Amino acid sequence: MLKDITLGQFFPGNSLLHRLDPRTKILCSILLIVAVFLAKSALAYGVLILLTAALIIISQIPAGTVFKALKPLIVIIIITAFFNMFFTGGEEENVLADFRIWFLHPVIRVEGIVSAVKMALRIVLLILQTSVVLTYTTSPIDMTDGIERLLSPLAKIRVPVHTFAMMMSLALRFIPTLIEETDKIISAQKSRGADFSSGNVIRRVKALVPVLIPLLLSSFRRADDLALAMECRCYRGGTGRTRMKIMKMTAKDFLFILFCALFIAVRFLPMISSSALGITGMNFSF
Amino acid sequence: MAFIECKDVSFSYGEGENRKAAVKHLSLSIEKGTFTAVLGHNGSGKSTLAKLLCSILLPDEGEIFVDGMKISDENLSEDDLIELHRKVGMVFQNPDNQLVATVVEEDVAFGPENLGVEPAEIRRRVDEVLKIMDISEYARHSPTRLSGGQKQRVAVAGILAMRPSCMIFDEATAMLDPQGRKEVMETIGKLHDEMGITVIHITHNMEEALEADRVIVLNDGVIALDGTPHEVFSETEAMQRMGLDVQQPTKLLHELRLAGVPLDDGITDLDACAREICRFCAGKKQ
Repeated sequence: MLKDITLGQFFPGNSLLHRLDPRTKILCSILLIVAVFLAKSALAYGVLILLTAALIIISQIPAGTVFKALKPLIVIIIITAFFNMFFTGGEEENVLADFRIWFLHPVIRVEGIVSAVKMALRIVLLILQTSVVLTYTTSPIDMTDGIERLLSPLAKIRVPVHTFAMMMSLALRFIPTLIEETDKIISAQKSRGADFSSGNVIRRVKALVPVLIPLLLSSFRRADDLALAMECRCYRGGTGRTRMKIMKMTAKDFLFILFCALFIAVRFLPMISSSALGITGMNFSF
Repeated sequence: MAFIECKDVSFSYGEGENRKAAVKHLSLSIEKGTFTAVLGHNGSGKSTLAKLLCSILLPDEGEIFVDGMKISDENLSEDDLIELHRKVGMVFQNPDNQLVATVVEEDVAFGPENLGVEPAEIRRRVDEVLKIMDISEYARHSPTRLSGGQKQRVAVAGILAMRPSCMIFDEATAMLDPQGRKEVMETIGKLHDEMGITVIHITHNMEEALEADRVIVLNDGVIALDGTPHEVFSETEAMQRMGLDVQQPTKLLHELRLAGVPLDDGITDLDACAREICRFCAGKKQ
């Protein structure tokens, strides 16, 4: 069950995205996030969907695996869409449904539905793009390196950049290990008669306590072991450390950054959505 | 002076009333290039000894020298400590808790990176040790997908890349299946026979200890037996008294003999044991 979670995992490969400099990929992820948030019109969203599809194809990671990244976030997407549907203001003539429940008066307007779809799309695009461009194609050590070098100017004002980067990469390293362990503990508790799948929400949450406590304890033990092992392998922080892989930005890196920066221009694509839908007087302001 | 010299070393855990001596007035010297097995039941002080030799723990009393350097010194400089850790590598029990990277070759590079080795040289060393450990084909794999024995070989490779002269295996086979154990024992053989590395193998597995040049049995923080495997294992009585796992058939025959049944208790083989009991039973019927 837990093995399906792939968010934040690296899939080794040799695609263009795998070969890009991690700094490029971090910068491009930021650029694409900005592009997604700036998008307003249906055309803009269309362009971004095409871009995301293209990125998935370039990454050479099976689409099924990529979409698995969405699984743990489905609930968040649904809740976001739901609230957007009811809490977006708009014109009276655009009311599609009108409910009266006790003193509540929820109203669904065209604007609400449009905004719900947009919000859901936004989250989906954000996750797919960042996972394909960054987390799936960049090994955590590369990512750490990338972040460390991008933020290295901050080290001059005594921000512990290396420490943060190391902590992050170790956290990522232990995700699969801890997932495996959680599965084991769940099986162990089930074999002792624990029941995780029946009863109401509160009961089920309570049933997880005997899973989380052993997991927490063993994490501390692991952290202890790991610190010792790192010390024995001569780790003493970022000072005097070299890297096996030297990072070098090449022409393809600069081109890719330029390419991603282009998509910020989606903001200025004409607002075709309203005219295509034939609705006049709609105002998509966020 | 021998490669490792312990002179009257004592170490206790805890403070005040809870103070518990783990190693008591222990003196020991280990020559360069030898393969020593350290045996002992849980709490006999064998892991503490390993930690003392790596300067992870500092002795309360006594002195420890490694390769002529006094390491039982509170004021040991950081550079000396790093040099010690480079020289004396440790492989720990849990294969998961000592791997820091999500890609095998990056994990192997971790040690040399910490030592500030030049990138090209790190690359050369990584390729070389992966080949020695016979894991080149997994160089780009994630360690989480390897078997226990393979993970331990990655850990050994990570230490070998630092060019150590001594390696301590702290119960490195305890969590492995028989196949993994075999792999690790073959690895130890290779390190000792072909590369001339001083190996200290801490274990509670008798069969593994048989492969060493010298066996040291620790009991209650003191050296109880010390000699060649043959010398140590012929002390059946003493071994059993220290709670060490004597072979099952030997144990059974020994117990029967103590109960007054006249049997030969020098037998270690299961079939021979069965024959011995049959012979006795047949003799009794007549």
